[in-house]
Amino acid sequence: MIVFKNVTKRYDNGTIAVDDLSLEAPKGRITIFVGPSGCGKTTSLRMINRLIAPTSGSILLDGQPTEAMNLAQLRRKIGYVIQHAGLFPHLNVVQNIATTARLKGIAKKQALLIASELLERVGLDLSFGNRYPWQLSGGQQQRVGVARALASDPEFMLMDEPFSAVDPVVRHQLQEEFLRLQRDIGKTIIMVTHDIDEALKLGDQVAVLRTGGVLAQVASPKELLSNPADSFVADFVGRDRGYRYLSFVDAASSLAVMIEPVVALGTEAAAARIVAKDQWILVVNAAAQPLGWVDLDRQSGPLRESDLNLSGTLASQDHSLRQVLDAALSAPSGRGVIVDAGRVLAGSVRLSDVVAAIQSAKAAGWGGRP
Amino acid sequence: MIPWFTDPQHWNGSDAIGLLIGQHLIYSAAALAIALLIGFPIGLYVGHTRRGVVIVAGTANALRSLPSLGLIVMLVILFGPVFKSDLAYLVPCLIVLVLLAVPPIMTNTYAGIAAVDPASVDAARGMGYSPLGVLLHVELPCALPLIFSGIRSAALQVISTATIAAYVSLGGLGRLIIDGLAQRDYYEMVAGAILVGLLTLAVDLAIALASRLALSRGLVR
Repeated sequence: MIVFKNVTKRYDNGTIAVDDLSLEAPKGRITIFVGPSGCGKTTSLRMINRLIAPTSGSILLDGQPTEAMNLAQLRRKIGYVIQHAGLFPHLNVVQNIATTARLKGIAKKQALLIASELLERVGLDLSFGNRYPWQLSGGQQQRVGVARALASDPEFMLMDEPFSAVDPVVRHQLQEEFLRLQRDIGKTIIMVTHDIDEALKLGDQVAVLRTGGVLAQVASPKELLSNPADSFVADFVGRDRGYRYLSFVDAASSLAVMIEPVVALGTEAAAARIVAKDQWILVVNAAAQPLGWVDLDRQSGPLRESDLNLSGTLASQDHSLRQVLDAALSAPSGRGVIVDAGRVLAGSVRLSDVVAAIQSAKAAGWGGRP
Repeated sequence: MIPWFTDPQHWNGSDAIGLLIGQHLIYSAAALAIALLIGFPIGLYVGHTRRGVVIVAGTANALRSLPSLGLIVMLVILFGPVFKSDLAYLVPCLIVLVLLAVPPIMTNTYAGIAAVDPASVDAARGMGYSPLGVLLHVELPCALPLIFSGIRSAALQVISTATIAAYVSLGGLGRLIIDGLAQRDYYEMVAGAILVGLLTLAVDLAIALASRLALSRGLVR
């Protein structure tokens, strides 16, 4: 557990970066500091490993005040991941990862072994081990940065905008993998971001800071969306928070999934019209995985790959109502495609059924949640 | 020119080509070593702490503008009464060469350290390297390409300028040029110039090779 007790940072010129911050980051959970620029979120993070010294107040790691600890030893207990990864350009990937283990006093051979194992853990092939940082993409560098922080097996992790320097597709991928990794390792993590979506997606607990370094609210993502403490938090959480809230509502219980007729590629349009519910027919591959929709009103002859309409998104049965709603909204047929964990078709849902499910979930207090 | 080089007289005695090259290299190596001892630590300190940047840049520029020939004459006059032996010439000669070699070594070391990616330094500090550890494990290795190029340009300047040692009655390849001029033996003068050029190229090549071997593949692409 990381505890902030009345922590203030005031610079010599009088500006206050962090104002009397008190909060707890629970053990094994992800706590996110989020807020506009100048809200002191990065300053707060850097005070934990004392890259910045607090002016007053104290920060406790598992009950021990950090100001009483040896600086190098304090930092070696805490994994540190930053925006541009900050890899060492003269070392190859495995050597980079091994540095934190070496700092902890682990012998070189053992450290390199740990590093190679971590490489696979963060989703990189072993062949990346002897590449140099300049040979990696931004996303790959960030994976190495995370592996390096993990190599000393720290109890705590500090992450300063770790996913904001990569493009949206890679960011989404890194976030998913990060959540999966955290389910395995269960570190006590504090992460800084300016992106409220990222905060709500990754955080077990989100601390919203306002300009001047004042804590506006600290709560779970659900609570933040449904019960913002004041207008600043409400504004910051965003205009479409009603829609975003659906991310936290399970679809499985309340949704009626219908059977959707399907055909394979190469089927004659005339044959497809016989099985189709309406002008739209869903095409699947041999493994029953959806490929796309075909508009039979504009189709004659066999269905080819170039005829597929790919605009529809897929939702999985154990996903949130937000994804199911998106699948229904984006499908040209108006029927959202539902798949199982292996992307195999499970059925479809009508937009009206999704809206009905949302209504009943809301009426039931969002599944019994207060 | 070829008869001059093939004349056995020029390969024997007190003015033998081999001997002159040896002397030339000794003066140059000594000056470079002293310049490294001075310029390298100052560059490291200033690069790491960012303290004294203005002083270092100003001093380096001032040193670069010193006229070597005028300086060596002045120093010989100054030191003449102090030393009895050849030192009266050797010390002024080394001082001039050292003053020439310090600026590129010092400024390149500083610039190399200062140019290290701040994210790498921040990461190193955050993960628990001591200040000295950051310097030795991150800043210095990353700065090596620039440091090597500083040593290289210092070596080139020192070797080509070391000809002035002969002007104050010392050895080295400058002997051929100065003596050739005195005796109106233009073949000897040209031979001296060619040899200085070749020596410079050879040393340049040697340092380039050494740096290629010493530098991480992560730094040179």
